[in-house]
Amino acid sequence: MLEIKDLHASINGKEILKGINLSVKPGEIHAIMGPNGSGKSTLSSVLVGNPMFEVTKGSVEFSGKDLLELSPEDRSHEGIFLSFQYPVEIPGVSMVNFMRAAVNEQRKYKELPPLSASEFLKVMREKRAIVELDSKLANRSVNEGFSGGEKKRNEIFQMAMLEPKLSILDETDSGLDIDALRIVAEGVNKLKSPENSCIVITHYQRLLDYIKPDVVHVLYNGRIVKTAGPELALELEEKGYDWIKKELGE
Amino acid sequence: MSVEQQYIDLYTQCKSMICKHSAEALNAFRDEAFSHFKSLGFPTKKLEQYKYTDLSKSFAMDYGLNLNRLDIPVNPYEVFKCDVPNMSTSLFFVVNDSFYKKELPKSNLPEGVVFSSLNDFAAEHPEVIEKYYAKLADNATDGTIAFNTTFVQDGVVLYVPKNVVVDKTIQLVNILRSDVNFMMNRRLLIILEDNAQARLLVCDHAMDPVHFLVTQVAEVYVGKNAQLDLYELEETHNNTVRVSNMFVNQEADSRLLLNNMTLHNGTTRNTTRVTLSGKGADTNVCGMAIADKSQHVDNNTFIDHAVADCTSNELFKYVLDDSAVGAFAGTILVRPDAQRTSSQQTNRNLCVTRNARMYTQPQLEIYADDVRCSHGATVGQLDENALFYMRARGIAEKEARLLLMFAFVNEVIDTVRLDALKDRLHLLVEKRFRGELNKCQGCAICK
Repeated sequence: MLEIKDLHASINGKEILKGINLSVKPGEIHAIMGPNGSGKSTLSSVLVGNPMFEVTKGSVEFSGKDLLELSPEDRSHEGIFLSFQYPVEIPGVSMVNFMRAAVNEQRKYKELPPLSASEFLKVMREKRAIVELDSKLANRSVNEGFSGGEKKRNEIFQMAMLEPKLSILDETDSGLDIDALRIVAEGVNKLKSPENSCIVITHYQRLLDYIKPDVVHVLYNGRIVKTAGPELALELEEKGYDWIKKELGE
Repeated sequence: MSVEQQYIDLYTQCKSMICKHSAEALNAFRDEAFSHFKSLGFPTKKLEQYKYTDLSKSFAMDYGLNLNRLDIPVNPYEVFKCDVPNMSTSLFFVVNDSFYKKELPKSNLPEGVVFSSLNDFAAEHPEVIEKYYAKLADNATDGTIAFNTTFVQDGVVLYVPKNVVVDKTIQLVNILRSDVNFMMNRRLLIILEDNAQARLLVCDHAMDPVHFLVTQVAEVYVGKNAQLDLYELEETHNNTVRVSNMFVNQEADSRLLLNNMTLHNGTTRNTTRVTLSGKGADTNVCGMAIADKSQHVDNNTFIDHAVADCTSNELFKYVLDDSAVGAFAGTILVRPDAQRTSSQQTNRNLCVTRNARMYTQPQLEIYADDVRCSHGATVGQLDENALFYMRARGIAEKEARLLLMFAFVNEVIDTVRLDALKDRLHLLVEKRFRGELNKCQGCAICK
């Protein structure tokens, strides 16, 4: 589904990703862990086409398409979704209008007719329930005045609305208390299917207690330096990253 | 020859014609206004108050004037189909600068309320003109006011007697209609006596692809505990110049909502001066401008807290595209006795391109010590993070920009206290941002 080969990317001339290779197959959950500043968020930003980052080398193929050639909106239409580490507040744009625009643009891309207002509201109600998002929040401006936990739940709600093939959760667990973490993780699990894949970027094991990864990668200094099964996450939780740095001879 | 000279000659030669078609009560002010005009001339950028807009250039063109009050062959009820759905209004027209009398709506106005031709009213009630006309608008202060008073022959008067509440919104549509470049000088006189209430929506529509120049002087008296909602909506074209001077005097406990929206224009200068002269008066002065191409919008406001315990709230927002120019200069004066004044001024602007320019100049002059005043002005671009967030959700960049611009001006539209008009404005603004408002000439949205 996703095939990343020798991906290099930089911001303001500074190289952050220095040759990433990663392959994600349908139905798989990959965890990407790593110390601060290793390039985890850069990788997620590059995958969704954030114009702040420049890809200098390498390729990314998604469902047979050259992902790097697509605009951010078309990547979304093709089925890539990023749960933002820091969801953006958009004063004056209501959640309803925002979601309706997003859903209908996706439908247009797939050559489907737009949803009627009542159909749309019905879908919205159903999906809201998945992450127990208050209907009041849905009537407010996008993320404006939302608590940290509400913002993250809102991300998963949007994911439910857009039904992506590949979801990238960028530190979705940061700033969440235990209850919110459980709700978010359960939401993600409910949306799981044999066709859909997920990349979970996190610092901690605790999210992975809920969302069980098939593969765990360690990203360090712009490269994936270790790949193993779920036991790797436990080992990292216990021992930190220093032993990996030692293995690399640093 | 100076720009002023052609008008000086015109008045000198045509004074008798102007006066012949106008009420004596209006004529009484002309000569004095003319002498002020001669000494003041048209404002240039050298004047502090006009440093963002050079009006003298706008007057240099050769315009026709209808001094002989010829009938303009137009039936506004036919050409104007811009009804706001679900809004029932008492609809009146001014064609160029003449009140349209041929066909008046069945008057549903409460007894005693007058909405009519200023010229007719001046002939019937010279004592009222004597008391209110050219009082707030001082001819000695501004060449454009003196010019208007010199040449004006008609306009509109709204008079609401004591304790009368006009429930139905009054809508006044100014139709700009001519086959040649044309100038019109019109006047608005609004008198709300104590405890009176009214809502007035004034729209400017240009119908023909010629150059128009409009001068408007409005004098607004809001009596004790009276309430006025006054909306002005400009939808003209790139060859229209609008020069508006509005003066408001508010007495004790009166409430005013002014909302001046420039949806489509050429060059617009709106001067708004509100004097809070009675305790407990409350004023809301709002405005919005959406401009592109080389359009120019300049709002100059002055709020005078002359006495204690008044509140004022100002909110202006601009969205400037292409090489449009916007200006906002807002002065708030709190006089020494105006204790417990509460005043807030906000001006926020979006420059969508690098060539768009915005000048903003907040100015607070506070001479009392027990006051609460704040002001804020920003000029910025669309929030790139928000744009990317929306694109990452599949919303095309163009659409995302529209949603953000729409959200930006919504705050001003939301001050409108008429739901039908608010809905209509949402639609108009959306059309405007989508570029659908300037596709047809004249009253584009109405066809």
